[in-house]
Amino acid sequence: MSFLNEDTSYDFLKVRKFAFALSAILIIASIISFFTKGLNYGLDFTGGTLVEVGYEQDADLAKIRQQLDDININGAVVQNFGSSKVVQIRMPQQDHIENAMVSDVVLKTLASDGSKVIKRDQSFVGPVVGEELKEQGGLAMIVALICIMIYVALRFEWKFSVGSVAALAHDVIIVVGFFSITSVEFDLTVLAALLAVIGYSLNDTIVVFDRIRENFLLMRKASPKEVINNSINLTLSRTVMTSLTTMLVLLALFFFGGQTIHSFAEALIVGVLIGTYSSVFIASPTTLALGVSKEDLMPPEIEKEGEEFDAP
Amino acid sequence: MFTDQPHQRLLPINTYPKWKYVLMVFVIAISLLYAAPNIYGEDPAVQLSALRDATISEQQVEQIEAAWQQEGLTAKAIELEGDKQVIARFQSNEEQLRAQEIANKILNPSLENQEYVVALNLAPATPDWLASLGGKPMKLGLDLRGGIHFLMQVDMEQAMARQQEQLRRDFIETLTAEKPSIRGRVETIENGLLISFRSQDDAERAYSALYKNYIDRIDINLAEQNSRPVVRATFNQTKLQAIQDNAIDQNRLILSNRVNSLGVAEPLIQRQGSDRIIVQLPGVQDSALAKRILGATATLEFRLVNHEADIVAAQQGRVPAGSKLFDSERGPIVVYDEVQVSGEHLTDAFANFHPETNQPIVSVKLDGEGGARMLRTTTANRGNSLAMILKESVPVFEIKDGKRELVKSNVVETLVSAPRINGAFSTDFFIEGPDFTPANTKDLATQLRSGALLAPTFIVEERTIGASLGAENIEKGIMSVIIGFSAVVLFMLLYYKAFGLVANIALMLNVVTIVAVMSILGATLTLPGIAGIVLTVGMAVDANVIIFERIREELRHGVVPAQAIDKGYSQALSTIADANITTAIAAIILYAVGTGAVKGFAITLFIGILTSMFTAILVSRGIVNLTVGHGKKPSKIWI
Repeated sequence: MSFLNEDTSYDFLKVRKFAFALSAILIIASIISFFTKGLNYGLDFTGGTLVEVGYEQDADLAKIRQQLDDININGAVVQNFGSSKVVQIRMPQQDHIENAMVSDVVLKTLASDGSKVIKRDQSFVGPVVGEELKEQGGLAMIVALICIMIYVALRFEWKFSVGSVAALAHDVIIVVGFFSITSVEFDLTVLAALLAVIGYSLNDTIVVFDRIRENFLLMRKASPKEVINNSINLTLSRTVMTSLTTMLVLLALFFFGGQTIHSFAEALIVGVLIGTYSSVFIASPTTLALGVSKEDLMPPEIEKEGEEFDAP
Repeated sequence: MFTDQPHQRLLPINTYPKWKYVLMVFVIAISLLYAAPNIYGEDPAVQLSALRDATISEQQVEQIEAAWQQEGLTAKAIELEGDKQVIARFQSNEEQLRAQEIANKILNPSLENQEYVVALNLAPATPDWLASLGGKPMKLGLDLRGGIHFLMQVDMEQAMARQQEQLRRDFIETLTAEKPSIRGRVETIENGLLISFRSQDDAERAYSALYKNYIDRIDINLAEQNSRPVVRATFNQTKLQAIQDNAIDQNRLILSNRVNSLGVAEPLIQRQGSDRIIVQLPGVQDSALAKRILGATATLEFRLVNHEADIVAAQQGRVPAGSKLFDSERGPIVVYDEVQVSGEHLTDAFANFHPETNQPIVSVKLDGEGGARMLRTTTANRGNSLAMILKESVPVFEIKDGKRELVKSNVVETLVSAPRINGAFSTDFFIEGPDFTPANTKDLATQLRSGALLAPTFIVEERTIGASLGAENIEKGIMSVIIGFSAVVLFMLLYYKAFGLVANIALMLNVVTIVAVMSILGATLTLPGIAGIVLTVGMAVDANVIIFERIREELRHGVVPAQAIDKGYSQALSTIADANITTAIAAIILYAVGTGAVKGFAITLFIGILTSMFTAILVSRGIVNLTVGHGKKPSKIWI
């Protein structure tokens, strides 16, 4: 079995203007949504209290809301979580109860009418911790991008370095945009997934770059455009294959991994799709736009050792 | 760096030297061996441990065993580990809970003096021969086994305020001792003090006096503020670090004592960053109870020793009214109940050396009010002994309907030290003893500080994972690994045929190797960790995909199979290395910056990258070489 057994020769660069335009639209939409609508931050970032309980029969959400109202819990979000018997309650910081105690009070109240309540998860995150996490997350992202940029610049050339980081930033912005537009909860695991997306997308891009470097040396007469196009085509079957296998396990995580890693899998699925697209349509065309040529990749002339000592 | 260098070919094409096969077999064998304990899993167990000086005798163990049998409980195995700890394994969680209750009644008959901890635990069911080789299963994180996680914040502002107060008093003392004495106004600024003076001359004299006495602790400079000369003194980096470290150490000690009283088998109490402490209590479900216990406070009291009391009579129970009998290192002593100075007046206690004799001592500092009281006490009681007593509340549990409930909390008083009063002293004094060593003076100082409330803690994050959710997470995690893994295996087999099989073998070995490395390192497996493994599975095939696509490409260009295999592997090497190194960079940064869940993911991702390089490149090539290599010239290969 194979999808792409023949040597393909699609002209990927021909559509680069269209691809840039599409990406520009996606990025602008993402940024607008991020700054107007924002992200649906999870407890990890907002701080507050989360209680997850299991009932023996289907849970009565309206009644639970009433119970919480009775004890003056403000701004509680009560919803089913994964099944109709499991309920997740999220509460922001409370003014009149010591925050570390909110969950205990809530659990007691829910059990007070005699229904059997099984505590599944109970979390409290202080507001400072949440803020710090946002800072740390952003910092991690920037540090990762810089380190990768340096590595690629050393191993290849600065134009490639810019191309790969442009593709990565593209991926991160669009995945964050996706979370903003769809209002899917953005928690700590999504942050981890974003960093994994960076790793993954970069992996894809590097494989193409590696081929471009090799081909620049092999196809001495060809124009940079031909070299890049040819390289993308040669690595195309690998790009598709790896995306497929990764997608297979991600789908397994998404459907069978349980609620806790649901958002994580979702972020990675979107990230892998975008990452695959960007390594073909964004990374290499960007290096081309920067005017990459085979001179950039020629091995530097090696000074003959001891040359200056030749003349006595 | 990673490109294919033309080299002299001493061996036929697609041949590995023997040492490579030996290495591979060796690594695979080790991996299988150390991954194996994970198959056996863990038994629910009851862990009995003796606190302080207590020991567990074989008779006690026999007595407990007999009591269990009376209730129809038979332990699968009972292991004595020295005379301090015993582990008894049971069939089910329910048996384990009942056994704990029975054992606790026997070991801790009175609620007054609890000398043993009877905790629920999970003991690895690793066979002896494997355990003797150091084999142990991966530890499961809280999200997989259930338990409570707390992040405690140490109130550094309060710790700093105490230090500033101390410094203020020291400064005033130094400046008044100058001749003529210098007067100034002291106010607190960030991390230090600002003293303003009437004249430039005063300021300069103060500067040199303070510089001389305190330069080991402070950064100091002369300046002008609101047209008045000022001296600005802030704690230097070393001192700031010491303030933080002391506050953290002191709280860690307090927290471990309290957690011990909770009866948790493998608690984790760990510093995080500059001012936080992580407390993880696996298996504990009652968060309200845990919070009450962690939040309790210890206090220190300075009390006088009652020398008139009859020790022998006191030991027989006839303790004079208003006094209490204590055990000390130098035998029993009787101490008055009346508190002379309480711990809230203690501003610092640290291990030090006597300036003249150079013997290890503990330096103690009190605040003004404490100093005044201490002066009164010591002037009137010269020659008597001053007992330092640490009071801690220890919870007492009882099991009702299979649940542990807090019955009451007992205040336990321990004598820390009872040195003789050799002369009158107030805010600054030191404790010396004939048997003091640098190590035990440090312990004593920490104990004293722990009763001083130098830096209180509060909870900033809490996560309780119910046992049912933990079990569900394991089940779903493993399920998704199996499904994802099978899908990839099937797909690879269909797509790359014989070579797909090679990649699949490499993939399976990769998972085994990851598990083995994590077991050996003692890393904790969490749900994000499982996700990391799953993701590695998806990405690990990438190396083989790159190689196989390269081989196919060569074949399409008419290269003979043996040559195509060789070229495929060697050409792909630099690509794979680059791709993996960049992903590894991301993993390292994740680990460095992240906490908890993110760290767990990063560790497995990183280990997975390393092991996949080994299995996908070396092992897969080895298999290919063994089957179609070693000089064979296959006319067709199944790829």
